[in-house]
Parts: sequence; C-alpha cells; structure tokens
Amino acid sequence: MNVELSRRQFVIGAGAGAAGTALGAFGFGEVEQAYATTIRPFKLASLKEARNTCPYCSVSCGMILYSKENPQTKKMDLVHIEGDVDHPVNRGTLCPKGAAALDFVHSKTRVLYPMHRKSGGDKFERVTWDFALDRIAKLIKEDRDANFMEKNKDGATVNRLTTTGLLGGCAASNESGWLTYKFARSLGIVQLDNQARI
Amino acid sequence: MYPPLPNPGTAPSAPKFGEKDLVRRSASTITPPAQRQQQVAKLIDVSKCIGCKACQSACQEWNDLREDIGHTDGTYNNPHDLTPASLTVMRFTEWDNPETGNLEWLIRKDGCMHCEDPGCLKACPAPGAIVQYSNGIVDFDHTKCIGCGYCVKGCPFNIPRVSKVDNKAYKCTLCSDRVAVGQGPACQKACPTQAIVFGPKDDMKKWADGRITDLKSRGFKNAGLYDPQGVGGTHVMYVLQHADKPEIYAGLPNNPRISPLVEAWKGVTKYAGLAVMGAVAAFGFVHHMIAGPNKVSSEDEANAQRLAGGES
Repeated sequence: MNVELSRRQFVIGAGAGAAGTALGAFGFGEVEQAYATTIRPFKLASLKEARNTCPYCSVSCGMILYSKENPQTKKMDLVHIEGDVDHPVNRGTLCPKGAAALDFVHSKTRVLYPMHRKSGGDKFERVTWDFALDRIAKLIKEDRDANFMEKNKDGATVNRLTTTGLLGGCAASNESGWLTYKFARSLGIVQLDNQARI
Repeated sequence: MYPPLPNPGTAPSAPKFGEKDLVRRSASTITPPAQRQQQVAKLIDVSKCIGCKACQSACQEWNDLREDIGHTDGTYNNPHDLTPASLTVMRFTEWDNPETGNLEWLIRKDGCMHCEDPGCLKACPAPGAIVQYSNGIVDFDHTKCIGCGYCVKGCPFNIPRVSKVDNKAYKCTLCSDRVAVGQGPACQKACPTQAIVFGPKDDMKKWADGRITDLKSRGFKNAGLYDPQGVGGTHVMYVLQHADKPEIYAGLPNNPRISPLVEAWKGVTKYAGLAVMGAVAAFGFVHHMIAGPNKVSSEDEANAQRLAGGES
C-alpha cells in the first residue's frame, strides 16, 4: 500500500488517534460493552455419567466417567474422569495416576484385544478370545504336566507348580478375588498376585 | 476429614456468579456490585502434602492441558517451573532444621494465590483481560489478553506465564467453572490426603486453626497460616510448619507486595498523565476560542508557491 500523505494529513491523523486513545483512557470508551465472560461453561453439563473402578492398583478407587457422543462415529467418547465422592474407598479423591486416567484410556499403546505373537514372529496380531483362552489353557496344561512337583526332595508332599504365575485384576470384588485364589491354588500355582492380597 | 462436596451433576445449570459480580476489571473502571458473593478460599496444608502431584494431574486433565515431556533436573520438581500448561506445580525443598537437626522435606503446591489486591490486574493494560469476582477469584480472559507480560511483572508471586504458542498469559483460574456450579477446584477434589481443602474463606481459616493447634502440639511452635496482608490477604492460603520463615518453602515471599514500580506507573503516573492530557485539551479549546484557527496568509501562500516553483 502506497498512500500519498501530506505532512498536514499525517499530523491530523496522528492527532485524531491520540485524541481517541486519550478519550478511551478517560473511560469514555465503553466500546466493547459486550464483555465475553471469562468463566468457561461447565464442561460436564449434559454428559453421560458412569461409575467405575480405577484400573491401576488394588486400592480400587471409585471413579465417575463422563462421556459425550461423538457426532461422527455416533459412539460415546470419554471426556473426563474424576473421583466418586460416594465411594467409601476414596471419598472422591484420586492419586496422580487415577487423576490422569483419561489419557490411560485414550493411550495409543493401550491393548484393546487379546494379542498373540507367534513363536518366531516379530509382531503381535489380534486374535479372538476363544483362541487366546484355548491357547492359555493348553500351555498351562502342558507346563503343569511337565513341571508339577508333587513332593520335594525330602519326600514331603508340596503339590506345587512354580513355572506358571498368575496376575489377577485390580478391580475384582471379594468374590472374584476368592475365585482367582482358589483357581490358582488348585493348580498349585505359587506365584500369584491379585486383589485378594490386600 | 473436611466434609467433601457432593459429586458434580450433569444437569445444565446457570453459573452462580458472572459478569455482574466483578469487583475489579483491568484497565477499566467499574461499579462493584452492592452485594458481595461469599468469599471462597483454597487452603493448602503443606504439612499434610505427600507430594504425589495428583493436583497437577487433575489440573491438566480438567483444563484440557497437556505438558510436553521434559527433562529431569535432578529434583522431584516436574515440570521445573510453572508453564502455560502447568498451572500448578509442586516445589520440593529439603531443609535442614538447625534447631532439631532434622531434615525436613517441604513440599509446596505453587500456583496463583488469588490475591485480594491483585498485582497482575493492576499492571494489566488490556481492558477486561484480568477480572476479579466478588468471591475473590482472579481470572484471565484470553480473548482480551494482548500478551504484553505486564501481569508477570506485576505478580508478587511470579505466577502468570506467557505462552510461546498464542502469546497469551495463563495461570490458575481456581477452576472458576467448577466453583460457579458449587464444586471445588479439580486439584482439591483429587488430593488424596486432603492437604487441599476448599470452602468459604472464614471456614478455611477455622479449619486452619485446628491444623495449627495440632502442629503446635507436635512441636512445630511456629506453625501458622500464610494469608499475607501485603496483598490484602489471598484466596489461596497455606498452613506452614514454619510460618515465621516462609522463604524456606521454595522462596515463598515473606511479605509480598505489589512492586512499587507497578503501583507508581499504574497509579500516580497514570493519573498525572491523564491530568496533563486533559489540561492540554482544555488549553487547546480555550486557545481556539480566543485566537481562532491559524490561517495561512496569501503572502505565505505566494512565498510557498515561489519556493516550490523555483525548486522544481
């Protein structure tokens, strides 16, 4: 832009600008009367709530999951997680991991399906639950048949299986904890960790 | 245990405070409302904090902010400092108590103190970019922020941070959106030890008294409440084991005050400048009425013509 501006026009323009800002400084300038409010709209309004248990440790804090329908996929998207005040374990509080569990849910590296890496293979492939459970059962059976120890070297009955371990879930109830324990011990599994530990 | 607030509902509701409850607005004059909202406060009990950083996680989650993966500086401070994405940060100090010989691990949750007399707001030149509500919350309006960084200089606690992405200043809002629907801030709700409690400021002072009595009975004879009067009191208060020397808590100022430079620049200098401007305008008007406009005489015009003509 190349505007021909005489010295007089420049002085007039500068003067008008200075007068305008001076008027503003004196408080005559309620030009932008439409104040945008600084308070963000409450982001949980009209969302769907669901109660759940934190997936991290065996303390099993209560959580409320807030989700919103995604207009493109027509599926519910999780948008916020916070502690459940009505839950007797945590009374609404969460630890740093629980407070950041939203990113755990949305993590790109989260395992969503049973995955299997064939022996000699270099990557995991998605398999069905039936395949996974059958394979686990078969491997446990094979391992138990080969390595189950009925008596120790002193001849005392021990009935133990030390070559298989079991890691139970954290959000299990007392009953499923009991079942996990009974299942593992009935096979003779010694290395066992699950909710029933605490 | 301080009774927790009920879970937030999802039914849409009108915010409990808004523009009508402004008591201060940066670079503008407003009439404060006749009725003040109940003043709120967040009380941070440093003696109960375990440094787990649940408050940091909850803050980022609620405010849809995510910090970049950084580097450790050899301390537990992570991130090292407040950033536009980390509105609160735990500051870890190892302090050798000379009286007892004990090594004390002092963990202070740093963030906006929500001063009753906010230095950021006084320093801000953008109309309405910083506002103070009658319940004590000091909030930034990013649509009006011009990114000048005066708020950082004006803050006695060095809290606001200007983003390198959008050049706007960011700080803790005390979760004004949550408080507006009767909830406490996200950090307070997450805190597993209730080192952070939130409620009416008077209740918080009473709750702090109980904690201070307890700390004194445990040998912390200088335990006390940090509610500095130099900035008119704050809406984020600390219970400190050693309230006589707050500076050991990662440099918490002993007597925070708005910088005299900011006070002078935005106080006396501003009004003096306005007075000068007004005087000049008045003089100009009077001069115009008496002397009239400065007319160019035909003789001047002729001389100018002659000069211009002679040169071209």
